[in-house]
Amino acid sequence: MAPNIKYRIGKSKFFKGVIISLSVLATLPLFIILFYILIQGFAKINWHFLVNLPKPVGETGGGIANALIGSLLIVFVAAIIAIPFGIMGGIYLSENRKTNLAYWCRLSVDVLQGTPSIVVGIVIYFWIVKPLGTFSALSGSIALAIMMLPIVVRSTEETLKLLPSTLKEAGLALGLPYHKVILRIILPCGFSGVLSGIILAVARIAGETAPLLFTAFGNPFFSTNILKPMQSLPLLIFNYATSPYDEWHDLAWGAALILLIWVLLLNIITKITTRRWKVQF
Amino acid sequence: MESTILEAIDFDAYFGENHAVKKVNIQIPKNNVVAVMGPSGCGKTTFLRCINRMHELIEGTSTKGKMLLNNEDIYDMHPIFVRHKIGMVFQRPNPFPNLSIYDNVIAGYKLNGMKMAKPDNDNIVEQSLQKAALWNEVKDSLHKKGTFLSGGQQQRLCIARAIAMEPEVLLLDEPTSALDPISTSSIEVLLQELKKNYTLIIVTHNMQQAARVSDKTAFFYLGELIEYDITKTMFTNPQDKRTQNYITGRFS
Repeated sequence: MAPNIKYRIGKSKFFKGVIISLSVLATLPLFIILFYILIQGFAKINWHFLVNLPKPVGETGGGIANALIGSLLIVFVAAIIAIPFGIMGGIYLSENRKTNLAYWCRLSVDVLQGTPSIVVGIVIYFWIVKPLGTFSALSGSIALAIMMLPIVVRSTEETLKLLPSTLKEAGLALGLPYHKVILRIILPCGFSGVLSGIILAVARIAGETAPLLFTAFGNPFFSTNILKPMQSLPLLIFNYATSPYDEWHDLAWGAALILLIWVLLLNIITKITTRRWKVQF
Repeated sequence: MESTILEAIDFDAYFGENHAVKKVNIQIPKNNVVAVMGPSGCGKTTFLRCINRMHELIEGTSTKGKMLLNNEDIYDMHPIFVRHKIGMVFQRPNPFPNLSIYDNVIAGYKLNGMKMAKPDNDNIVEQSLQKAALWNEVKDSLHKKGTFLSGGQQQRLCIARAIAMEPEVLLLDEPTSALDPISTSSIEVLLQELKKNYTLIIVTHNMQQAARVSDKTAFFYLGELIEYDITKTMFTNPQDKRTQNYITGRFS
């Protein structure tokens, strides 16, 4: 009863072929999108494009300076709001795994992570934009901070959980107070993981459009006042790409490419920081 | 006459319902090495961790009875203060991986916010590493990370870190169980040096080690202190049948 070896080898080869071709197929759309944006956007990007304001309809040229600075500012403020809460929450969850509060915290973080961004936008609209009576970059930052929070909490928690408990014991046995053990030993040892979580979260919120539609709102002019409406890259892309003017379409393509480069750069930085600050045990 | 530095009186420790250490009475004389031995799960490590109040860090644990350090109950003191006076070395070497060798040694001062002049720091680091018999090996690489050292060196670094705080008692929880024979013997030699300045309590699985390094030996079984005597007497003429069975390896 000799097994048919050739048939079996053929079957294995066929299976391998299916796996490879399907994975190529799966990555294909990504490359097509990247390639298309590169083709469309590359010709539009130059120094002028980065430092000038958009021109009115009918005039050629113009740039996205207001959206670029606006995006940087909105995301920066969002990060400043979300990072302390996120890290503290992550520390709490990794330190108290079984308490009731931790259970509810973890559940709400998970729910928040799955909440559609437009819902976050609406909530902030009713909580902040309406009472203040004006759209503002700050309300946009708060909406983005809420989007960012669960990512930072979870990555901090997961990073700190992986640290050996002997590290904490070593600190406590030296007579160090609990807060010093956490801030001077546990957190520095998990620094690379916490930092890469933050950077990934920043990359993630940089492209969020929905929560900004009725918070930061957009602004055709240059503004750095976070209490007033402000332009941002995703808003500019949304508004200009849906407009009927070719010049505005060009700006939208260029802005899309800039946003893509931003996300790509942040991902590369994450990879470098994880390697650079990895603590060896 | 030796003076007693540490004394447990009717001391009990619990993990929830589990009675891990039962009515232990023991007197530890100053500048001695006391070995604590017994089979796994006999409560010897739990007892050790009660001495510097590390036991209570685990949720659901409790203790009863008195634990006196120089006639003062450590359970009336602040745990941080207790841990300054009673240092600990763990089973696996655990230097702080984010700190250099130098910073590891003075971590107890630096991270406690005690500001000191650099010469004082240098002095403490050199003294402690000398006492831990590590100075000659690391004096040229003090600012490298402690985790680059070998396992045995890391364990001596942990000992240096503990004695830098000038504790009165040093607890060692199976300090050589993760080390090779050469590192083990260098730590055993070190213990003989350290007892000139400190009182050492060492938990060990290894009976030969207990016989080699200790002045007195305590035998724990099922949470009870069965026998406590001068090491030589204990190994040549044990009073209790259970001790005799354990020492001769006829244990069921």
